[in-house]
Amino acid sequence: MSNGLTTLNPQQPRTAAMAERMAEVKGRSLWADARARFVRNKAAMISLVVLVAVFLFAFFGHLLTQYDNETIDWNVLGKVKELGKPSFENGHFFGYDDSGRDLFARVVQGTQVSLMVGVIGAGIAVIVGTIYGAVAGYLGGRIDSVMMRFVDIAMSVPYMFVLILLLVVFGRSIEMIFVGIGLTAWLDMSRIVRGQTLSIKNKEFIEAAVATGVPSFTIIRRHVVPNLLGVVVVYATLLVPQMILTESFISFLGLGVQEPLTSWGALISEGTSTMNYGTLWQLFFPLAFFVVSIFAFFFIGDGLRDALDPKDR
Amino acid sequence: MLSFIVRRVAVAIPTLLVLLIISFWLMQTAPGGPFNSERPLPAQVLANIEAKYGLDQPMWKQLVDYLKGIITQFDFGPSYKYKDRTVNDIIAQGFPVTLKYGVISFVLAIVVGGALGIAAAIRQNSWLDYFAVGITIGAQVLPNFVMAPILILVFTLWLGWLPGGGWNGGQWDHVIMPVIALSTSYMASIARLTRSSMLEVLRSNFIRTARAKGLPDRVIIWRHALKPTILPVVSYLGPAFVGMVTGSFIIDSIFSTGGVGYFYVNAAFNRDYAVMMGLTFLLGSMTILFNMVVDILYAWIDPKIRL
Repeated sequence: MSNGLTTLNPQQPRTAAMAERMAEVKGRSLWADARARFVRNKAAMISLVVLVAVFLFAFFGHLLTQYDNETIDWNVLGKVKELGKPSFENGHFFGYDDSGRDLFARVVQGTQVSLMVGVIGAGIAVIVGTIYGAVAGYLGGRIDSVMMRFVDIAMSVPYMFVLILLLVVFGRSIEMIFVGIGLTAWLDMSRIVRGQTLSIKNKEFIEAAVATGVPSFTIIRRHVVPNLLGVVVVYATLLVPQMILTESFISFLGLGVQEPLTSWGALISEGTSTMNYGTLWQLFFPLAFFVVSIFAFFFIGDGLRDALDPKDR
Repeated sequence: MLSFIVRRVAVAIPTLLVLLIISFWLMQTAPGGPFNSERPLPAQVLANIEAKYGLDQPMWKQLVDYLKGIITQFDFGPSYKYKDRTVNDIIAQGFPVTLKYGVISFVLAIVVGGALGIAAAIRQNSWLDYFAVGITIGAQVLPNFVMAPILILVFTLWLGWLPGGGWNGGQWDHVIMPVIALSTSYMASIARLTRSSMLEVLRSNFIRTARAKGLPDRVIIWRHALKPTILPVVSYLGPAFVGMVTGSFIIDSIFSTGGVGYFYVNAAFNRDYAVMMGLTFLLGSMTILFNMVVDILYAWIDPKIRL
């Protein structure tokens, strides 16, 4: 290398000038490019702000109210329609729920549970699915076809039945929801990742790594997975609202989180069963949080897809 | 084609068995038998009851007997909770209800969703297109458990036009809201899929050739563009079907329509394992069968798949 440079010595001033010029034009990495595209997307940016607000509400909302989500106000119980309206004067911003509890505190707590299920559920699915798909795709051959045939069969089992069965058999708890959702959510992810891995596998830099004797799992970890990140990030953001939807569905039926804990689905269910009594705020607040957040998640997912994979537009 | 069908059936059967074995095994390992109650029964009585329901047999024997009953006589056995009713009675009572609003919803979602998608794609960037895109974006955050309360609120509590629940033999005014609540989000997804698929097809070379030949738009759309357009829609029908089957749990519990979803959720609360098992088998095999038909349909439309 140094030999080559010395023979090119007469040309050195030119290369130096070129280097200087190149330093002026600042290189943009793939991620910086994607970030610029994402920031230009108005719907996605607004959604991001909204979502940050929802997360802040979930984490710090309890500091805004002097009430907790379990204390029952016996004076209001039975007269929720007349006395339980949302009001700033008495500090019950979202009013009372049907059992005389502060709805604001309940919504804060329900938001925590829903977001937690969404983020952690999607997290588990992404990690398991990525590893599984990358291994299957990279190893290929018989191992791949056995691994993917298993995914095929597991995917065609209607998972909602299995989830409800698990909840009935092992008791209704938030842990069981995680297990049940986690059992099935990674399947889709593993398929996507496998497909991507197959296309990455034949690139030259993988060939170079194989030629220099890097072990398979190091190649997967150091070369395959980092190149999958774009796709994984997009699907992970779209997976979060799906997890929230599933949990809300289960909790709406009453099979999910149990009192005094709650979630958006359980709160919407309560609001539905009490709307006959004219206490509409019980339906309105959880519904608004649910719809707005799911919207935001979808828009951010779409924005990320456009940003990371511009040819898809 | 035939070998494809055979291969596809060969996957469907183990899937159904897996579902059955998982559910059966889960219920067997569940803590507390179906006849454990607040007041413990004398051991002798309990043994007699368990012998009557075949619960004293080893698990594999129970499973085999159970399957034999279903296959030879379509007999799902007795309910553990309602002493005077069998699972067959429950299916006979609830299934026609679910079938009625389910089929209407499914057909409506495909027809309206597909038509909206095609219309939007043909008139891209017109007011119709913006309208369709707006609706589809909005509807994807309106799953059945959000649609249903909103519908009841507007049409029952505020306007008073429609009854907020009940079935009444399936009269039209009792069917409307369940159908809308169940089908909206799938209709939106189908419209979205159809629109983007149609747009892509309309940009492809063979459509340009057809236009160059001077074919009228009508012929281009219906004879050339439609078939490749519906491919992604067909593959979405499977998930849509599963979603509607599980969505019926919500519909039955909000609208008190009395379909199988009501019995399933009730059985889940009562730990009536026989009913859960029977309905899991029925609805599970329906979904697996439907997915199989969709795959075969897909292969029939697109010969490349069969390879």
